[in-house]
Amino acid sequence: MSLSHARHPTEDPAWARWNILALVLGFLALMLILPLVAVFAGALEKGLQASLAAISDPDAISAVKLTLLVAAIAVPFNAAFGICAAWAISKHYFPGKSFLITLIDLPFSISPVVSGLIYVLVFGAQGWFGDWLIDHNIAIIFAVPGIVLATVFVTFPFIARELIPLMQEQGVAEEEAAVSMGASGLVTFFLVTAPNIRWGLFYGILLCNARAMGEFGAVSVVSGHIRGLTNTMPLHIELLYNEYDFVGAFSVAALLCLLALVTLALKTGLELTQSVRGRHV
Amino acid sequence: MSQPTALIPDAPEQSLIASARPPFFRRRSAIPGFGLTLGITITVLSIVVLVPLSAVAIKASGLGWSGLIAAGFSDRALAAYRLSFGAALIAAGINGVFGLITAWALVRYRFPGKALVNALVDLPFALPTAVAGISLAALYGPHGWIGGLLAPLGIKVAYTPLGVIVALTFIGLPFVVRTLEPVVRDLADDVEEAAASLGASRIATLVKVVLPSLAPAWLTGFALAFARAVGEYGSVIFIAGNKPYHSEIAPLLIVIELEQFNYEEAAAIALVMLVAAFVMLFVINAIQAWSRRYS
Repeated sequence: MSLSHARHPTEDPAWARWNILALVLGFLALMLILPLVAVFAGALEKGLQASLAAISDPDAISAVKLTLLVAAIAVPFNAAFGICAAWAISKHYFPGKSFLITLIDLPFSISPVVSGLIYVLVFGAQGWFGDWLIDHNIAIIFAVPGIVLATVFVTFPFIARELIPLMQEQGVAEEEAAVSMGASGLVTFFLVTAPNIRWGLFYGILLCNARAMGEFGAVSVVSGHIRGLTNTMPLHIELLYNEYDFVGAFSVAALLCLLALVTLALKTGLELTQSVRGRHV
Repeated sequence: MSQPTALIPDAPEQSLIASARPPFFRRRSAIPGFGLTLGITITVLSIVVLVPLSAVAIKASGLGWSGLIAAGFSDRALAAYRLSFGAALIAAGINGVFGLITAWALVRYRFPGKALVNALVDLPFALPTAVAGISLAALYGPHGWIGGLLAPLGIKVAYTPLGVIVALTFIGLPFVVRTLEPVVRDLADDVEEAAASLGASRIATLVKVVLPSLAPAWLTGFALAFARAVGEYGSVIFIAGNKPYHSEIAPLLIVIELEQFNYEEAAAIALVMLVAAFVMLFVINAIQAWSRRYS
């Protein structure tokens, strides 16, 4: 890019490039990098020992365990649903497909608080099944099942919306070939479709898991905030923060930050190597 | 599409096993599992999403029309909607401007660390909202790194509506960038070259040729960022201060009503938010349909 060459007509002049780049990098540093650094700075404010003590506190450990448990139920559930939905939508022809896809996407448009509220209205003490659940001694709201339900709701579209366009692009030819040679549906899925969609599926699981472990609003409404019992990691952060235990709050937050960074690294790696294209929008 | 799909060899739904006119309205696919998978899809969708969502409308209807309006549009609720929608609009506007130049820089410029910047843009999607919330509250608080710089100037960000805008800008940041990026990449540079060779200045080329063709995608990104911001909760409540009529967002008001066991009032506010969400979803779909026709 020597100065002796005339600027290509579709290239911005150098002064514009530098200004725009400075503006972009300044904005991203302020909005993204600074908050990230602040989390780790907050966690390490009183030294590594204090930070490690905060995350090995029994309440923190039970929050980590609950978060892992919830994700271990919600993510496979949504993966199974996503595969079913993508199979029906991408490998068959029926009217109302785009409407069905809109319905599957619906949880993305709904405030997390409303996502939690709907389960309170159905399963809470004053809800539709409230009396029946109390009579049978089943706790859903302010207990782990409610947290799982709310998490399933907010992460519902992630895997399906990753698989549907991918499987639509791949078409039906390979599956039809397998079926016409006598393969059963399940064999066709596992031997023909699954190898084609594994990276897309992994990509969806990755994003679904990040959201499942980090969900706050919906889970907050249904959890009841019982310390050491129904507090997930994000809720435990809130609890510590409101008790002015900032080192504790930021230490647990730093763990979730690491999760986010690993997610981003894997996601970028997949996009670069497997030509998986993210569909956030 | 005026052309019959059967003539296009690579049409995604084109079946190798040619079928005559479909029985009823379903073209038959040779691949098994249609009934089973569609059945599971619709059943799970109904149980997890549709039936619980209907509970909002049913619960809110228990108030009757006048009660619904009294709860859903009380002065406090109206102030909360004004804040939620107003701050979301401003945040989406900020992201509209910076998202545009970010997408432009990521596609058109070469600079060291570009891959890292590109990966980092998605941070707000991956970072739990509560983590973003406490981090922003600490940064913009009176003793924070940024809040401490602004305090001598008399600017308070944390615990004011300004703080709400900061949080909503953070969580909406990737939307405009990620909707614009592929469109900027696919922008044919021959039109730019044509404009330049016809004597248009670079600025004139950008304003009259490039920006109009980015408009549909930009609008989609803006609407997505706005829709996400309106319902946002976790990242906002730590930095907002949550004073009624001043810095209290609409989702928080739902939580407050719930904590006081006012289920019907909570459902009334939720219903207003849901209707707004459906309207935004409709608008976004309309923009996308329009932009597909446009491109």
